[in-house]
Amino acid sequence: MSDVLKSLIDIVGDRGVSNSPEELWFYARDPGVLEPHLPDYVVAPKTTEQVQKIVQLANREKIPIVPMGNGMALTGLVIPLKGGIVMDMKRMNKILEVNEKARYAVVEGGTSQGVLKAYLQDHYPHLRHSLPDAPPTVTIAANVAIHGQGRLTQQYGFNSDMVTGLEVVLPTGEVCKVGSPSLGPYWFSKGPTLPDLSGLFLGWLSTTGILTKVGLKLYPNKKIREVEIFVTDRAELVPEMIYKLTHLEMLEDINAWFQPKPLMFKDNYNITIYFTGDTEEEVEFKRKMIWDAVQEFIDTKDGGFMGLQFMKDQLLEMPQRSVAGLADVPKGGGFEYSGPIALIEHFPRYAAKVLELAAKYDVLYASTARVISGGHAMMFSISFAFNRADPAMKSRVKIALEEATAFALEMGAIPWKPNFMEQKMTLAKMDPNALKLLQMVKRNLDPEGIMNPGNWEVN
Amino acid sequence: MDYGRSIEHGEFVHRCFRCGYCKFPIDYVDFNCPSYKAFGWDTYSPGGRMWLIRAWLNEEIKTSPRFAEILYSCAACDNCKDQCVFPKFKDFLPDIFQEAKAELVNEGKIPPKVRDYFKAITVNGNPYKLPQEERGKWADGTGFPRFSGQEYLFYVGCVGSYDEVGQKMARTVGRLLLDLGISVGMLGSEETCDGNEVRILGEIGLFTKLAEDNIKKFKKMGVKKIITLDPHALNVFKKDYPKLGGDFEAVHYTEILARLIEEKRVAFSGFSGKVTYHDSCYLGRHNLIYSPPRETLRSIPGLELVEMRRNQVSAFCCGGGGGNFFTDILGGGENSPNRVRVREAFETGAQVIAVACPNCAKMLTDAVKAEEPEAKTEVLDIAEIVWRARSKQSIYAGA
Repeated sequence: MSDVLKSLIDIVGDRGVSNSPEELWFYARDPGVLEPHLPDYVVAPKTTEQVQKIVQLANREKIPIVPMGNGMALTGLVIPLKGGIVMDMKRMNKILEVNEKARYAVVEGGTSQGVLKAYLQDHYPHLRHSLPDAPPTVTIAANVAIHGQGRLTQQYGFNSDMVTGLEVVLPTGEVCKVGSPSLGPYWFSKGPTLPDLSGLFLGWLSTTGILTKVGLKLYPNKKIREVEIFVTDRAELVPEMIYKLTHLEMLEDINAWFQPKPLMFKDNYNITIYFTGDTEEEVEFKRKMIWDAVQEFIDTKDGGFMGLQFMKDQLLEMPQRSVAGLADVPKGGGFEYSGPIALIEHFPRYAAKVLELAAKYDVLYASTARVISGGHAMMFSISFAFNRADPAMKSRVKIALEEATAFALEMGAIPWKPNFMEQKMTLAKMDPNALKLLQMVKRNLDPEGIMNPGNWEVN
Repeated sequence: MDYGRSIEHGEFVHRCFRCGYCKFPIDYVDFNCPSYKAFGWDTYSPGGRMWLIRAWLNEEIKTSPRFAEILYSCAACDNCKDQCVFPKFKDFLPDIFQEAKAELVNEGKIPPKVRDYFKAITVNGNPYKLPQEERGKWADGTGFPRFSGQEYLFYVGCVGSYDEVGQKMARTVGRLLLDLGISVGMLGSEETCDGNEVRILGEIGLFTKLAEDNIKKFKKMGVKKIITLDPHALNVFKKDYPKLGGDFEAVHYTEILARLIEEKRVAFSGFSGKVTYHDSCYLGRHNLIYSPPRETLRSIPGLELVEMRRNQVSAFCCGGGGGNFFTDILGGGENSPNRVRVREAFETGAQVIAVACPNCAKMLTDAVKAEEPEAKTEVLDIAEIVWRARSKQSIYAGA
């Protein structure tokens, strides 16, 4: 037995570490299109202290370390590109605190979105968090670490904007609290009015530390949720429609989507509008406001509301189970998307690009744009499904996604959760002084370069 | 050696997205896959198994004790099948896992505990390695008759025949059936293993032999209707025996009890206390029998039925399914499914955990002892609760 393995067993016990071929094979990959790379060990800590000891060991031995939630970013961010240790965080899954009146929760770094949702429903049914449409197994910490979005992003910004404090194990092994918990027992602010140190970790794709605790804002959970879909066949009108809708300042979420299958959706652009209320009167008032906001497009016969019928329950599900369904359309268990954060006015050009790439590479597409922060930007997903048993199709999807990212960068967008190649493309385009600042941060926080190496390799 | 591995539903294996919905119950309150909960590695989850089976079929990983443990730690609880979000292949998940185990059996690379289970069934006819003559021992002193053309055969199964907790349960159900005037008989020392666990553990040859012998025997004796003690036996009689020509009308004893109560053929004096009911996977998810046990409990005056957080389709398995009752590959420890489940039961404040399966009865009884050394909480099968709650003036219809 190697010294490293012995040390890991000392820290987490027999059942907390594996170097069996089965775990190494599985934790070498994610469900996306990137090639796998084997780790040397997989560990599953249960406490911050164990994380700290593992990081100290990795630092001493200069072993790469890659934290993992459920590995559903799809862009290879948990693939150990340079081997080393994959740290499965999901055994750290306790909900530590809910401050009802201050509306925040504190969770351990492997707590899943689904478990927090169920916990709030059971104990604080009038509170909710911004649940992404990713499967419920994905973790809150990983979601904020990649600047994820969720059902409340239209109203309140990226899920990472909703962080109210962090506990981080730094690459050198120190445990550091960020925000109000650095001064006292309360987790109500990640930064303000202090310098916002959370920016050293959020968006860094676990290359600057491991999130072991996250404070997260909670929001009122209204008694009634409703949904409408406004449909148009003119992509160029979508930005204006969204502009009118966001002006209302009363919508939970807005998603603009288009897909060729089932055929009933082909050639249409659908804007799903979620809204909430505590009374039927409030909901009907909002519904009227929504209809009024887009009435001009109905008058010109450029759009209309879809009768939702059987779709309604599916649309109101959180998370939406049908989202994962795209993976099986080509009967093959895979999809991946490029998700640039972009201007909403560019929606028609992105939509055209999706159609162009799908035709060029003969791949199946589905696209959803989620409005961020009342219309300041959108996350535009360029999603392509593939059959895992068809390497040629998988390869075509990979190339199409690279081209999509190149296009997004040309359009001035920011790639969301970019894979290591897209990160390189991004860094190459970045203002030199911004790049220099990134280098300074990374070099100082991770002098040995052990944290998720291969990602954000600015040095 | 190249075994040319293939499984019947192999065409679906690559279609798993490993999204992980299968790990959860319907509302995501906690992980609901017993082996994932016990081991904590993604490889021990249904998605992990799907991906590893594909790698194994493609010869990217080899057969190993670890791989066998991963497959055999599946409790066959069917939660994954119900929660998977891919309607075109979700129903095949348990089949895929069973077929992969059958391939391991063909290769002769199964865990020693599984091998020993098969050997015991082959040599002794039961996993306990006890004499065949002792099969009917549970009925000693009850006057329970041998089957001789009665309306029903009472099929007890291996756990009810040989395990202490199972025997007690068999005795209670048997006495109750007689007392309520059901025309019923047993096979006693002529009963043989139903083969449900043999099948799920992948020994298809042995299973087929057991099933064919049972079918032949039942037919020869004129059996038309079967009441089972064990939901596992119910499952195999209903789903697998018909494929081999064994078309018997199989019901679980809780269904009979619920029917008799509905027909007002049982009178109760009452049962004081709070009871929570644990759904057996083979009764619930496998055969959709959720209501009869609950209807029975609700009909008892004074009994307060409280549900555990995870119940019915979302119930958490006791960990005894998929042969784990005998092989114990899921193992002990605080994350073992039976201990997780009784902690959930304790949260309800119930004094009694009601069960309807001898495997569950044993698993949860052991877990209560481990979690609560003073053992204030009782694990009782539905029949025992009915027995205790019955008035002495019960109606004896047709006895």
